[in-house]
Amino acid sequence: MASKAASTENTAMSANQAPKLNYLNNGHSLKSWLLTTDHKRIAMLYLISVTTFFFIGGFFAMLIRLELLTPQGDLMQADTYNKVFTMHGMTMVFFFLIPVVPAVLGNFLVPLMIGAKDLAFPRINLLSWYLYIIAGTLFLHCMLIGGVDTGWTFYTPYSTVGSNTNVIEAGLAVFIAGFSSIFTGLNFIVTIHRMRAPGLTWDRLPLFIWANYATSLIMILGTPVVAITIVLVAVERLFHLGIFDPALGGDPLLFQHLFWFYSHPAVYIMILPSMGVVSELITCFSRKRIFGYKFIALSSIAIAVIGFLVWAHHMFVAGISLYAAMIFSFLTFFVGVPSAVKVFNWTATLYKSSITYATPMLYAFGFIGLFTIGGLTGLFLATLGIDVHVTDTYFVVAHFHYVMVGGVLMGFLGGMHFWWPKISGRMYPEGWARLSALLVFVGFNLTFFPQFILGYVGMPRRYWQYPPEFQVLNVLSTAGASVLAVGYLLPMIYFLWSLKYGPIASDNPWNAAGLEWKTTSPPPTFNFDETPVVTWEAYNYDEIPDVPLEAPVAR
Amino acid sequence: MTTSQATTGSVTTMEHEAHNPALLHHFSDAQQQKNAASLGMWLFLVTEIMFFGGMFCAYLVYRLAHFNAFAAASQQLSIKMGAFNTAVLIVSSVTVVLAVKAAEVGKRKLLVGYLVVTVLLGLTFLVVKGFEYNEKFERHHVPGATFKFTDTFDDNGKQIPVNPKEAELFFSIYFVMTGMHALHMIIGCGLFSVLAILSWKGHYTPGYFTPIENAGLYWHLVDIIWIYLFPLLYLISRHS
Repeated sequence: MASKAASTENTAMSANQAPKLNYLNNGHSLKSWLLTTDHKRIAMLYLISVTTFFFIGGFFAMLIRLELLTPQGDLMQADTYNKVFTMHGMTMVFFFLIPVVPAVLGNFLVPLMIGAKDLAFPRINLLSWYLYIIAGTLFLHCMLIGGVDTGWTFYTPYSTVGSNTNVIEAGLAVFIAGFSSIFTGLNFIVTIHRMRAPGLTWDRLPLFIWANYATSLIMILGTPVVAITIVLVAVERLFHLGIFDPALGGDPLLFQHLFWFYSHPAVYIMILPSMGVVSELITCFSRKRIFGYKFIALSSIAIAVIGFLVWAHHMFVAGISLYAAMIFSFLTFFVGVPSAVKVFNWTATLYKSSITYATPMLYAFGFIGLFTIGGLTGLFLATLGIDVHVTDTYFVVAHFHYVMVGGVLMGFLGGMHFWWPKISGRMYPEGWARLSALLVFVGFNLTFFPQFILGYVGMPRRYWQYPPEFQVLNVLSTAGASVLAVGYLLPMIYFLWSLKYGPIASDNPWNAAGLEWKTTSPPPTFNFDETPVVTWEAYNYDEIPDVPLEAPVAR
Repeated sequence: MTTSQATTGSVTTMEHEAHNPALLHHFSDAQQQKNAASLGMWLFLVTEIMFFGGMFCAYLVYRLAHFNAFAAASQQLSIKMGAFNTAVLIVSSVTVVLAVKAAEVGKRKLLVGYLVVTVLLGLTFLVVKGFEYNEKFERHHVPGATFKFTDTFDDNGKQIPVNPKEAELFFSIYFVMTGMHALHMIIGCGLFSVLAILSWKGHYTPGYFTPIENAGLYWHLVDIIWIYLFPLLYLISRHS
């Protein structure tokens, strides 16, 4: 549209011509980045920081896998192992998985996709990054002075009267990181309600926006509850109160209720935005209007709502009543319905479509397959009888890694490849990218599928040693983790490489629908030279001529 | 360069709004900005309700589990000071409403006056709360090593069998809830002090007084939380 002229200008642009002013070259000083209120720059700040925490969390994961390579506790002792899996979990959950898609891709794309100049509260957006950094620094400090060993769940009474590690500091870090995510959620909701371009009605919104909207609802409704729960743990530890201590009249189950009231919906904070990404990828690379738009959109909201009613399935063997357990079991099955709605609609979109196997699409396929396994094993766990058998075993570990890593990370990497031309103005090397997608998929399955079997035959989680008969599967898992690590390092390397050497991307290399593709790559600071007026449905691929993708492939 | 990009596309709007220095570049008009700010504030209040909700939930669970101890312990709170503070907060909510109205009609001195009165009422509440806490220390009702609870008679001299550990739990919850509420009061007093200074300097006009309105919403929420805390902690266990 308006960017047509800019597009030709961009492709004709040679090295010695001054490039068009965009968000990346609009100021080069450190101050222009650290005090920016541009949502795109803040997204980049988040990208750097969450990637850092991903590799820190990954480092702990590798330590875990190395320790479990052999049945004996030879690399570390039980105490150290406790700290290592705790810090792996806390880093990955609070500092990577929760912010990764909303704070990076969401931050970058929400205003672009709805035709706004920025988020509603740009300064609060910057504040939320600083809160994240403060929390992250505190947590790093906590690691360096000896770490914490409660498990990422902070279960009482161990966390209040048992552990002699730095529980309060870790709790404070999580508390502050929580406010960072509350502010992101609040910003998204207000932006989506108040800043949409003229003509962009709710039934024309991209599904990524719906997904982020639902995520934001969970963020603002759930996070404050875990915040107060952690405050209560901290004051109990500091002042020796008895709020969760059975010896003093308190009830540790109350802690678990309050904790999981947030922390179960938190898994939907992680997965929903990735589902939104997958909806965008599927429809673009199958060149077809998405099947069941309204169902996918509303299933995000349904997941957000029902997701708040299933938390006690983490407590089936903790001593809740059988009656409560049955209700929560039913509700857990019920929350599978909207997730299944999405998977079926994606599949129906693919049916009789023209599929391109570009890297983002490979990740989308990976997501559908792995999320389906992760989701269906969730139903095993929702079944009371089976849950008793596999509670606290590697079956649970495998289940949530299929959802968290197989789901969230696949979605994130797919999204990063898809929007990288928009983010950086450059194309990534397609060959390397396909290779890394393959490595991630193979490595992931090799790491985590054996853990389903390990759990089913009875290997408990959170132990630093195990009986020798479990070794073969553990060796497979460690081998897979090494492949996975290579698969994760590769994109980081070629994304950085492409910043300088990648072919210049056009404004819309995928020939995709969506407002973010109607501005230049990379976008100018205020996104659109002229506020767009939307007169079409989302994903109107049947109205977009099916020209071959202009994505240049570096060989 | 950046400003020229911001203005292209909606020249007429910009000319129309040019007189309003408070309008931020990414909003198309003042109304959109005001709507965004107030929706944001309401959402923030929702998070506050969920935050306090966790504590109300703990209160409810433990009151049901340890009813006698909670009844006996709650009778040791000072109804007089609690009621006085409730009245102070209700009056302060009125002064906040009057401040918002004064801002709306552009009466600067009146606005500053109401804001100052609100801060003073907030401080009164905190001082009275301080006296209450002091009384708890004197009577060893503060949870911890020195905690003692021997007052197991109700107002009519009837004995209630009470486990002191459970009474201690009541006071733990009392201190956490009122303490968290007091922290919000302190933040509110700070907020209104800053707003009073800015109002004195003439930052707010009938065309732009969103911060006053939003701070007012915050203050009302903190009031409402107290309106629940007072009966739950002080009143409902007294049946005579």
